[in-house]
Amino acid sequence: MLVIKDLHANIDGKEILKGLSLTVKPGEIHAIMGPNGSGKSTLSSVITGNPSFEVTHGSIDFNEKDLLELAPEERANEGIFLSFQYPVEIPGVSMVNFMRAAINEQRKYRNEPAVSATDFLRLMREKKELVEMDSKLTNRAVNEGFSGGEKKKNEIFQMAMLEPKLAILDETDSGLDIDALRIVANGVNKLKSPDNATILITHYQRLLDYITPDFVHVLYDGKIVKSGGKELALELESRGYDWIKQEVEA
Amino acid sequence: MSDAIIHEVTQSEYKYGFTTDIETDVIPVGLSEEVVRIISAKKNEPEWMLDFRLKAYRHWLTLKMPTWANLTIPEIDYQSISYFAAPRKNAPKSLDEVDPELLKTFDRLGIPLEEQKALSGIAVDAVMDSVSVKTTFKETLAEMGIIFCSFSEAVEHHPDLVQKYMATVVPYTDNFFAALNSAVFSDGSFVYIPKGVRCPMELSTYFRINAINTGQFERTLIVADDDSYVSYLEGCTAPQRDENQLHAAIVEIIAMKNANVKYSTVQNWYPGDKNGKGGIYNFVTKRGICKGDNSHISWTQVETGSAITWKYPSCVLQGDNSSAEFYSVAVTNNHQQADTGTKMIHLGKNTSSHILSKGISAGVSQNSYRGLVRIGAKAENARNFSQCDSLLLGDKCGAHTFPYMEVNNETAIVEHEATTSKISEDQIFYCNQRGISTEDAVGLIVNGYAKEVVDQLPMEFAVEAQKLLQITLEGSVG
Repeated sequence: MLVIKDLHANIDGKEILKGLSLTVKPGEIHAIMGPNGSGKSTLSSVITGNPSFEVTHGSIDFNEKDLLELAPEERANEGIFLSFQYPVEIPGVSMVNFMRAAINEQRKYRNEPAVSATDFLRLMREKKELVEMDSKLTNRAVNEGFSGGEKKKNEIFQMAMLEPKLAILDETDSGLDIDALRIVANGVNKLKSPDNATILITHYQRLLDYITPDFVHVLYDGKIVKSGGKELALELESRGYDWIKQEVEA
Repeated sequence: MSDAIIHEVTQSEYKYGFTTDIETDVIPVGLSEEVVRIISAKKNEPEWMLDFRLKAYRHWLTLKMPTWANLTIPEIDYQSISYFAAPRKNAPKSLDEVDPELLKTFDRLGIPLEEQKALSGIAVDAVMDSVSVKTTFKETLAEMGIIFCSFSEAVEHHPDLVQKYMATVVPYTDNFFAALNSAVFSDGSFVYIPKGVRCPMELSTYFRINAINTGQFERTLIVADDDSYVSYLEGCTAPQRDENQLHAAIVEIIAMKNANVKYSTVQNWYPGDKNGKGGIYNFVTKRGICKGDNSHISWTQVETGSAITWKYPSCVLQGDNSSAEFYSVAVTNNHQQADTGTKMIHLGKNTSSHILSKGISAGVSQNSYRGLVRIGAKAENARNFSQCDSLLLGDKCGAHTFPYMEVNNETAIVEHEATTSKISEDQIFYCNQRGISTEDAVGLIVNGYAKEVVDQLPMEFAVEAQKLLQITLEGSVG
């Protein structure tokens, strides 16, 4: 599904990713962990086409398409979704209008007719229940005045609405209390299917108590330096990252 | 936002740039007492109207064009303008008699009279150049005692009303452009709502400039008598021209005791091309007076057009407990310049006013809000709240706010809030990541920003306004 080969990327002329390779297949959940500044968020930005980053070398293929040739909105409409670490507020734009625009762009991309008002509202109701989202929030402007936890929940709600093939959750667990964490994790688990895949970018093992990854990768200094199963996350939790650094630098 | 994208997005051309081939009856260019007399004679006006025009003309000669606005205005040669143009044929009695070319023009503007008549229930007083060519629903309204006709017809058939109210809100001595309009105004609309009558439909006028070098000098007078209500819509768009065209309109509103007047505008005059060539100069004097106690006037405007806009729809709150509102969205793109805002003059007790101004600047345009809130010495417990927001698209445009306050009564409460924001790259990318293109994202964000104002518009206008906002800014951000 997703094949990243020898990816190098810069921001403001500074190289952050330095030869990253990763393959994700349908049905898989990959956790990417690593110390601060290792390039985790850069990876999600580069996959989704954030224009602040420049890819200098390597390739990203998504379902046999060259992702680097596609505009950010085309990548989204191909089925890539990013749950942002810091979701932005868009004052004045209601969640309803925003989601309807997003859904209809996706349908247009697939040559499908626009969603009818009743179908859309039914879908909204269904997905709101799935992520236990208060109707008060979907009646407001996008993320405006939302608490940190509400913003993250809203990201998962949008993910549920858009049903991506590949979801990237960038530190979705940070800033969440235990109840919100459980709700977010439940949402992710419920949306899991043999056809879609998830990349969890996280600092802590905590989220992985709720979502079981098939693979855990350690990102360090712009490269994946170690991969393993879910037990790797536990080891990182107890031993920290220093031993990885030593291994790499040895 | 990167310059490249801003550049790319600021490229859309004016969509309504076309002209209609209709014979027009144009007076030779230039302005003199003789021309004023010709205009008056062509319109078969009574002596009192000619006198008014001549007084205004003589006063105008003593005035200089104002220079205090934050506008760069090329010199206007008032002697190179033709002050009267009217479609040559006699005014038609039914739609069948309307010049097919004219109907086609309205069709292209999306204002099919037939459809409007049948579907929306709007009485349309369409002004083509300077003379009204079509008035619908007049009979329905007449049954309720409502007068809705062209200004010329009002002069002919309701001279008492015109003489009683004309120039009582905007005297010809008010300013340079008001004096000019008073001298040479060609036509416009007149509305009178009698006591206790609630006008059952939105009254609307569509303006359009259609002759080369023809100044547009419309004059609108709306009188709402005691306990009445009326909602009036004004919308306009003009065909593409190379030469700059001057527009200097006057709108006067009088609200008597307990009367409620709502005036909505969607303005889309030709703004000039993307290099700043051509475009309409729009110098408008709009003012209402809440004359009676408990009266109410609200101005709502969506301004997207004109090369230069100079416009301050204002209210004099004379009656006790009267209230007024000003809701405005002003968009400037490319080389457009707008200096617009309002004046709220509180004279009566317990009067309140609310100002909500939303400026949107893109390209290399300049967008200024200029507002005055004056609380008179006798205006006990007056209340004003002003909010002025500016949204910048790109970093080559300018947004300016000039709020003036004069408070002469210590019981008054006057509040002013202002914000300036930019559409951030993060907001655009967030939308992109949800599959929404940059262009649509800008439309979504701008319409969200302007929503509070657009919501004030009557339904059919709101839809048009939303489209306009998006069209105007097409291609202006990345």
